[in-house]
Amino acid sequence: MLAQFLQFAMSGLTVGAVYGIVALGFTLIYNASGVMNFAQGEFVMIGGMVTVSAVGAGVPLPLAALIAVIVAASVGVLLQRLAIEPVRDAPPVVLIIITVGAALVIRGVAQIVFGKQLHKLSDFSGDTPLAFLGASILPQALWVLAGTVLIVTLVWLFLNLTMLGKALIATSANRLAAKLVGINISFILALAFALSAVIGAAAGILVTPITFTYAEVGTLLALKGFAALVLGGLGSPLGAVIGGLLLGLSEAFAAGYLSSTYKDAVALLLMIAVLLLRPGGILGHAGAERV
Amino acid sequence: MNLLSVEHLGISFGGVRAVDDVSFSISPGEIFSIIGPNGAGKTTLFNLISGVYRSDMGRVTLRGDDVSRLPPEALASRGLARTFQNLQIFARMSVEENVMVGLHRHETRNVLAHLLGLPSVMAENRRTRDEARRYLDMLHLRQVADEVAGSLSYGELKRLEIARAMASRPDILLLDEPAAGCNPTETAEIDEIIVSIARTGVAILLVEHDMKLVMGVSDRVLVLNQGRVLAEGAPDEVARNPSVIDAYLGHDKGAAGGDHV
Amino acid sequence: MMARFRQNRWFEPALIALIIIIIGLVLPSTYYFRIATLVLIAGLSATGLNLLLGYAGQISLGHAGFVGIGAYAVAVLPAKFAVPSLLAIFCGTLVSGVVALIIGRPILRLKDHFLAVATLAFGILIAMVLNNEQWLTGGPDGMAVSRIELFGIRIRSAQSWYWISGTVLVLAVVLARNLLDSSTGRALRALHDSEVAARSAGIDVARIKSIVFVISAVFASLSGSLYALFNGHVTPDIASFLNSIEIVTMVVLGGMGSLSGGLVGAVILVVLPQALSFFHEYEHLLLGVLMILILVFMRAGIVPTLAARWARGRL
Repeated sequence: MLAQFLQFAMSGLTVGAVYGIVALGFTLIYNASGVMNFAQGEFVMIGGMVTVSAVGAGVPLPLAALIAVIVAASVGVLLQRLAIEPVRDAPPVVLIIITVGAALVIRGVAQIVFGKQLHKLSDFSGDTPLAFLGASILPQALWVLAGTVLIVTLVWLFLNLTMLGKALIATSANRLAAKLVGINISFILALAFALSAVIGAAAGILVTPITFTYAEVGTLLALKGFAALVLGGLGSPLGAVIGGLLLGLSEAFAAGYLSSTYKDAVALLLMIAVLLLRPGGILGHAGAERV
Repeated sequence: MNLLSVEHLGISFGGVRAVDDVSFSISPGEIFSIIGPNGAGKTTLFNLISGVYRSDMGRVTLRGDDVSRLPPEALASRGLARTFQNLQIFARMSVEENVMVGLHRHETRNVLAHLLGLPSVMAENRRTRDEARRYLDMLHLRQVADEVAGSLSYGELKRLEIARAMASRPDILLLDEPAAGCNPTETAEIDEIIVSIARTGVAILLVEHDMKLVMGVSDRVLVLNQGRVLAEGAPDEVARNPSVIDAYLGHDKGAAGGDHV
Repeated sequence: MMARFRQNRWFEPALIALIIIIIGLVLPSTYYFRIATLVLIAGLSATGLNLLLGYAGQISLGHAGFVGIGAYAVAVLPAKFAVPSLLAIFCGTLVSGVVALIIGRPILRLKDHFLAVATLAFGILIAMVLNNEQWLTGGPDGMAVSRIELFGIRIRSAQSWYWISGTVLVLAVVLARNLLDSSTGRALRALHDSEVAARSAGIDVARIKSIVFVISAVFASLSGSLYALFNGHVTPDIASFLNSIEIVTMVVLGGMGSLSGGLVGAVILVVLPQALSFFHEYEHLLLGVLMILILVFMRAGIVPTLAARWARGRL
């Protein structure tokens, strides 16, 4: 009984950590630029895919991971420069469609480069499960959790302790004021996209040994990252991660105790419910329109 | 008889009392102005009365009915119309269509008839268009009727807002800084328009910074400062009120005449 | 003179009907009739979405969900419950309309990306059900659709479907044009530009949004039914995210707020992949590049941008 519960909880936390990081990536870009980046899931895909093929080509894992992160960061910057910057003042509908278009482009390129099949990465430190109170835990799950803690800590340190990080926070709070004190807004926006891509790719690298990856993995991941965001409260980085973990847990328990067929539906229904029941609460901007 | 009464109205944003215990009432045909320094809560008061915000104290009554909890569209259908300080134009529609939207509450709501384009709908469209043109004439916008509203000048847009609000045939009209950003000629025009609207029996609630305009057209003036009522009365009374001079005009005693700021 | 003529509410539907007739008379082979029919069917859902997205400014990334409901209504009902196909079309639109009515009001309180994500989730949920309820839908492999019979004649030729779809499309454009030329139409365009001003003018914004959502869902559902009957086979892909995006792209590409623009978008999105069939591998990529390029360089869409240029050129 307990063993089963632990088993579900562990797998929930593992995928939840990834949802949380996707949500964190959303938050970074949204706070800095007001853009909801629908290509967020594609960063996770890039991380997994590039690592898989680099390792397949004989590159050692740490180097392959580094390459993947660099590729993702470049894609993030390109996305911001080529697709977002030229339409910066466009209405939200246009920005949404642009990022959806960007997601299709990234996915299309991935299909051509890596093919449409599933890709798997071998576990970082063997696949012998560790026994814990009767539950068996994959070493890779521990990698994912430790990696998530590390990523969140690094992002926090970067935002709060470095000048660049503070400039990013300042830009999020008030773009005009940030510009007036001499912050290079265009650079900061590119930075937000790069950073967001980097953490997304990192999550992709960590989780690919468990979940596989394929060119179209991004849509559902982005959607679940968004669900995590809605659960945790838009705009709060910590809330995003907590929302991700909550979502992962509810998904794992629903799949374990109810039905695994509609595992993916849990996140979507949960998100729609929260959106509809607390439109002002969690989103927090109802009635604040200036007229 | 009071058309609109505001009783002990108030709202807080994040602990700040933006509007605090404000009361007044207006009768048909009256021009009632609200003045006060920037941030005094004038626009917030407008948003409370027109249903855009919900008050957390007090109430608003329209012909004796409590309307404090009604959304803007319900207030509009009870004969309250407004303009916006920061222009809320339907920028992609033509000038004429903007005014036609003002007539929405007098049009039929049968969607099936609309889809089928029944002759009755076509007749209604013609009536709406004809009436819209009357308001365009009234606000000297007839010659730009077919232009896209987004292409108009600032002064024209200000008048378009008034035309659209008038098109709903309101009993009470809330004008939020109708003369802001207008040149003296345009301001004089708006002055004239306000007076002529009031003469038809429409009550007018006016927020305006142009003291010449306010003092010239108002029957009564209410002075708002930091969300609270500082004074209320006839224009010349208010202008002579020492606390008004002190708070509103600052320490510049030279402006104590109060007819310009 | 010409401008007045173009403002007439019959102008656009008449022009579209004329083009459909001329093309129908000159198309050389069944292959071309097939593609042209696909254009007309796609144009139907684009017309509906244009009312919602282009005119009212409310995004939906889940409209393929309604296309799926319409398609599976004509696949499942005749096969499993012996409902005649014509009645099944009606049932599909009814279900889509009712679903849109139920979810529309709460969902359309959301704005921008929240609305985008909520509708996206709706579409994916529908696709999930179609994929998973194998006993009813045949699962990922889909199911065959029995041919429709009208007056005892079994309709299967691409030509017949071309004329049927063309008629339905023109009727849909007439309805859409009528709606736009009414107080409801003015209200839905008004709320696009300023919700607060629309409400202050007495427009019940929630009601108008939900009306246009239902209408667009019904159009999408009808287009799904037509597609399934014409194609003879359906798979859950019809309700997929990608299909939702394609409908959105048609509207954005051709012109938000221009009915003929949506149809031009449908032509491009259906014909281009056929013309570039050796590029099949690059379909996603091309679609994405197209979306970005158009929004960056012709934000208003092809038809409105060209119309504006033409008007300026004449002045």
